[in-house]
Amino acid sequence: METFNYVKAPNVEKALASAEQAKFIAGGTTLVDLMKLHVETPKTLVDINLLPLEKIEKLPDGGLRIGAMVRNSDLAWSDEVKKSYPVLSEALLSGASPQLRNMATTGGNLLQRTRCMYFREPNAGTPGGYGCNKRTPGSGCAALDGFNRMHAVLGTSDKCIATHPSDMCVAMAALEAVIHVEGPKGKRTIPFADFHKLPGDTPHIENALEPGELITHVDLPKPVEGAKSTYLKLRDRASYEFALASAAVVARVEGGHIRYIRVAMGGVGTKPWRSHEAEAALMGKPANQASFKAAALAALAKSKPHKDNAFKVELAKRCLVRSLKTATATA
Amino acid sequence: MATDSLPHASGIIGVAVPRIDGSLKTTGTARYAVDHNFPNIAHAVAVQATIGKGRIRSIDASAAEKMPGVLLVMHHGKIDNVYRFYPHESDGTISEARPPFSDDKVYYWGQFVAAVVAETLEQAKAAASAIKVEYDAETPDVNPDLSDFDGEKQESWKRGDPDKALASSPVTFDQTYVTPVETHNPMELHGTVAVWDGDNYTLYECTQGVVNHRVVMSQVLGVPRENVRVISRFIGSGFGGKLFPWPQSSIAASAARTLNRPVKISVDRRMMFSNTGHRPRTQQRIRLGATQDGKLTAIRHDFFTQTSQLDDFVEHCGEQTPFLYSTPNLVVTTGMVRRNVGAPAPMRGPGAVPGLFALESAMNELAEKLKMDPLELRLKNDAERDEGKNLPFSSRHLKECWTTGAEKIGWKSRTPGVGSMRRNGKIVGLGLGSASWSAARIPCTASVELCPNGRVCVRCATQDIGTGTYTIFAQVVHAATGVPLDRIDVFLGDSSLPDGPTSGGSMATSAVLPATTTATNSAVTRLLHIATSLPDSPFHGIKPENLAIANGRVMQKNDQQPKVVGVSMSSSRDLTANGVPFEEVLKMANLSGITATGKTAPSFEDPKAKQYSLHSYGCHFAEVEWEPEIARLRVSRVVSVFDCGRIINKGAGTNQMLGAVIMGLGMSLFEETVHDHRTGQPINNNFADYIVPTMADLPDLDITFLDYPDYIVNEYGARGIGEIGMAGVAPAITDAVYHATGVRVRELPVRIEDLLKSTVHEA
Ligand SMILES: Cc1cc2nc3c(=O)[nH]c(=O)nc-3n(C[C@H](O)[C@H](O)[C@H](O)COP(=O)(O)OP(=O)(O)OC[C@H]3O[C@@H](n4cnc5c(N)ncnc54)[C@H](O)[C@@H]3O)c2cc1C
Ligand code: SF4
Repeated sequence: METFNYVKAPNVEKALASAEQAKFIAGGTTLVDLMKLHVETPKTLVDINLLPLEKIEKLPDGGLRIGAMVRNSDLAWSDEVKKSYPVLSEALLSGASPQLRNMATTGGNLLQRTRCMYFREPNAGTPGGYGCNKRTPGSGCAALDGFNRMHAVLGTSDKCIATHPSDMCVAMAALEAVIHVEGPKGKRTIPFADFHKLPGDTPHIENALEPGELITHVDLPKPVEGAKSTYLKLRDRASYEFALASAAVVARVEGGHIRYIRVAMGGVGTKPWRSHEAEAALMGKPANQASFKAAALAALAKSKPHKDNAFKVELAKRCLVRSLKTATATA
Repeated sequence: MATDSLPHASGIIGVAVPRIDGSLKTTGTARYAVDHNFPNIAHAVAVQATIGKGRIRSIDASAAEKMPGVLLVMHHGKIDNVYRFYPHESDGTISEARPPFSDDKVYYWGQFVAAVVAETLEQAKAAASAIKVEYDAETPDVNPDLSDFDGEKQESWKRGDPDKALASSPVTFDQTYVTPVETHNPMELHGTVAVWDGDNYTLYECTQGVVNHRVVMSQVLGVPRENVRVISRFIGSGFGGKLFPWPQSSIAASAARTLNRPVKISVDRRMMFSNTGHRPRTQQRIRLGATQDGKLTAIRHDFFTQTSQLDDFVEHCGEQTPFLYSTPNLVVTTGMVRRNVGAPAPMRGPGAVPGLFALESAMNELAEKLKMDPLELRLKNDAERDEGKNLPFSSRHLKECWTTGAEKIGWKSRTPGVGSMRRNGKIVGLGLGSASWSAARIPCTASVELCPNGRVCVRCATQDIGTGTYTIFAQVVHAATGVPLDRIDVFLGDSSLPDGPTSGGSMATSAVLPATTTATNSAVTRLLHIATSLPDSPFHGIKPENLAIANGRVMQKNDQQPKVVGVSMSSSRDLTANGVPFEEVLKMANLSGITATGKTAPSFEDPKAKQYSLHSYGCHFAEVEWEPEIARLRVSRVVSVFDCGRIINKGAGTNQMLGAVIMGLGMSLFEETVHDHRTGQPINNNFADYIVPTMADLPDLDITFLDYPDYIVNEYGARGIGEIGMAGVAPAITDAVYHATGVRVRELPVRIEDLLKSTVHEA
C-alpha cells in the first residue's frame, strides 16, 4: 500500500471540494483491497461515511430513491425493496457475505472493479508484470492467453475480456435504474444502461463518471404493475462466490403471453448485461419453454468464448431459461 | 461444556471430552507463533521472484537500504550463518532443502529472492517493494500433463505376473485419473519469531514437529542441538504443510543473529501458494483384470507425481493398492516428474487420498462394466490378509464398514441406472469409496509429575495442531489417577521437553498413549512406595501393592470404606472422602514432586507388531442432488464409517473426521491450484479464487466409528485418525455424480463444465 492522505467529509460540498486527485471511500470493501494490491494508489481518500446519503425514500411518482451510502444489507432487507423489487433484494443477498454486505454501499457496489486475477496482480501493467490494458493502456491483456475461466463472453474486445462482477447491478439494469451524480460541474443523471462502459479500446475507462463526481443516489422507477421479478445466480459453490452466470428478469404475463419483459445477465458480460435481444425474442410471445429457449439463444448469439470459459454460454442459457420460467410462473 | 458431567476415571477414555485448551482459543489467549512479541523486535518481509525459471541478473537494494527503519537487506551473497541440510544424509526432515538465497537461480515462481528487515512491518513492506530485481527469464515448465516422464520408473509391490494376467483376463479395465495441485491453506499462516541470545536460538514456530524442527535447524544454523529451542504451543492447523521447516525459519534466525535482535517473519496468503508446499499433481493409470463374475485377477497402478526442481517428493499413490483387495497379480510403478513449482509437502492423507481416488474410482467403473453392484464387487474382493506384505491384518473390519454405511445411506434402494433416482424434482446419485491409512506406533517419551499443590503436570515435546492432543494427555492421566481434568497441566510444543512425536501420519495419539500411561503409572508407583515407607503415614507398613490411587487419593485396595487413621494433616483434607490426597503424601515426605518418565517403543521394533499388517479402514457413501436445468450439483449426504481402532476422545475424533470429509468435499468439487503457463505463478493464490467449501456447501454428515480396539498397536487399542477421513471421499462423490448425471469425472475437481456434458436433462 502507498501512503495517502485521509479526509473525512462532513457534507457533500466538502466532499466535492476535496475530490481532486482523490478517491471517495464508502464501505472500503473494494477500495482497500485494491490499495493493498497496488491496483489503486490514490493520493487522498475522502471518507464519505458522514454524508446524509443513507436513506431509502419513496418518490412522489411511486419510484424509490436509494442513497449512495445505503448499505447493501439495509437495501436488501428493506420492506419496500422486498415487496416491490424482489429481484434487487435477491441479487444483493446472493452477493459476497453478510459481513461484506453490512459494509458495502450502493455507490461502492456500482463501482466495484473486475475480479480478473491478472488485473489484481500487484505488478500487472508494469514492465515485467502481466499485461493488463485496464491497469496500463497498451500493456496488453494477459487473460486472453491465460487462465480465463471466470472471464466474460459478452461485450469483450481484443483489449479486455474482464467480467463485471456485481450482482446488484444486474438487477438494477433490469429495473432501469437512474444514477444521480453531483460534481464540480453540478448535478446530472445517468441512465443505468449508459453508466458502465464496454471495454472497446479503452478498458481503463469503466464508467461515465467524470473526475471528482460523486454518486448521490440511485432512483428506481415505479414498479411495473402486475410484474414479477427474480434473480438467479449460478456459481461454483453455494455461497460467497461470484457468478459464473446470473440472470435478472422482470416480467408481466397476460393471458399466457409476455406483455412486459426486462432481462439482464451477470457473470458473462464486461458490464451488467441488459439483453435487448432476449427481450425482443420474448415480447408478445407465449410464456413457455420454447420462447424461453429462443430468448436464451438470442441473448447469447453474439457470445465470444475463450479457452476456458466456453461453458458459460450454455450455463447462461440455462440460467436465463430457469429465471424466465420462475418470473412468468402463474401460482 | 462442564467437565463434571463426564464419566469418571477410566470411563473418560472413549467419550467426548471437551478440549482442555478450548477456552484459551475461544478467548484469544492462546498464543500462536507470530503472536510472540519482544521489546526491540524487528520485522522481516520476503521478496518473491516474479519469474518461474531463470537467473537473477541483478538485485538493486540501494533505495530500500536508505528507507526509514530498514536494518538489513538479505539476498544471494548476503545471508549469514545458514548452512545446507542434506535430506537423506542427516537426521530429520526438511521441506525445501535449498538454503534461502544460496544461488542466483530461480526454480519456481514466488521463490524468495530477498528479504528486508526493518523496525516496523510497514517499513519492511515498503522497503521490500522498493527492491529492484532483474532477471534473465526462461519459460518455466508447469505443464499439467505429466506423460513426458522419461526417467526410470520405480517398481514396487510386484506379485504374480500382472501383465500376463491382464492380457488373459475375461474382463479388463484401463483408465487414467488425475488429481490437481492442492494447497493446504491452514487458517494460521506460516511464520517464525527468532530470538538469538549470543549462544542460543529460540524459535517460535508453527510446526507440526518441534523435535524435528530443532534437529534440522541446528544443522541449518550451524549450532549444537542443545543451542536451539523450538516452541510451538498452538498451531492453527497444518494439514501436513507444517511438518518440516521452510525457508522463512532460516531467514528469521539468520537475521536475528546478524542483528542481535528478535526477528519476526510471516508468510502471507499469496506466498502460502508457492512457498510452503502443496499436494503435488498426480496422474494415475489403473488397469484391472477380472473374471466375469467379478473376481479381481490383476491390478496395475502406474502413476506419475509432480515435484519441484530440487526436492525429491513422491506422493505415494500406490500405498493402499497392494492390500485393499485380494488379487494374485499386482504391480505399482512410480515416476517423479519435475516442474518449476515449489517443493511439495505431505497433505492430509498423502498418497492415500489421490491414490484411492484412482483405485476406488476404477473399482466403481469396473462394477459398472460388470453390471455388478459396486458394493458387491468390494465384498467379493475383500482381502483376508495383507497380500502385499503377506501378513495377517492386526484388525480389519472393512466389510463391516461397507455394510454399516450401506445400511445407513439406504444403499438397498439404489437403482443402478444413470439418472434413475429422483426426489423433490431433483435427480439423486449415490456413490461409494473406501478408505485406508497405515497405523504404527512411533517413539515417544513423556514425563508425569505429581506436584505438592495437588496438580499433575505432563510434559512431552509433541504438539497439538488443533486435533485435541492436549486433551488426550489429560484423559490418560485422569484415567490412571482420577485427578480431575482441571488439575492436570499439559505442557507440549517445546523442544526442551522430553522428545515426542511429530504430529503427522495420524500417529501422534497412538504414540503418546503408552508413554503417558507408563509415566503416570511409574509416578504413582513411586508415590505408593513413599506412602508406605514414611513412618508417620497412615499407610505405614502396608505393602505398596495393596494401595491404589483413585480420585487423586491414595487408598487401600479393595477397601470400599478405607479407614483414614487420624493423622492430622493439612486442612485440604476432605474428611468425607476416602484415602489421602496424593499431595498430602508429598508434603508429609517433604517432596517437591514425584516425576517419572515413560517411553513408547516403536511398533517397527516390536517383534509382535512386525508380524502384522497395521492399518485403519473406512468408507464413505455419498449422495448428490442434481438439477440438470441449471447444472446445479450439491452433495446432500455423506455417511462415513471408520474402523480406526478404539477412539480415545469421541468429540475430537468426530471433529477430525468431519473436517476431513469436508476437505474431501473441497478436493472433489472445488480445489485446484492453477499455474499460469507463461510465468508458472499459482494464479489463483488467494481465498477468493482458490475456493474451498463454505458452510452452505456442507451436506448432511454422518460419522460412525466401529470402535474395535487394535491391541497390536498399543494397550488402548487406539490407532490414529487424522488423515483417513479424507481418503475415499472423492471417489464416492464422483461415483454419485456419475450415477446422477452420467458424467465420469476422472480429473478432479468436478466442475460445472464437466456436468454440462450430462445427457440427463430433466429431473
Ligand atoms: C470477498 C468479496 C466477495 C465479494 N463477492 C461479491 C459478490 O458475490 N457479488 C457482488 O456483487 N459483489 C461482491 N463483492 C463486492 C462488493 O459488493 C463490493 O466490494 C462493494 O459493493 C463495494 O462497496 P463499498 O461501499 O465497500 O465500496 P468502496 O470500496 O468504498 O468503494 C469502491 C469504489 O467506489 C468508489 N465510490 C464509493 N462510493 C462512491 C460514491 N458515492 N460516489 C463515487 N464513488 C464512490 C470508491 O472511490 C471506489 O473506487 C465482494 C467483495 C469481496 C471483498
Ligand atoms: S481481461 Fe482486462 S482486466 Fe484482465 S488482464 Fe485483460 S485487460 Fe486486464
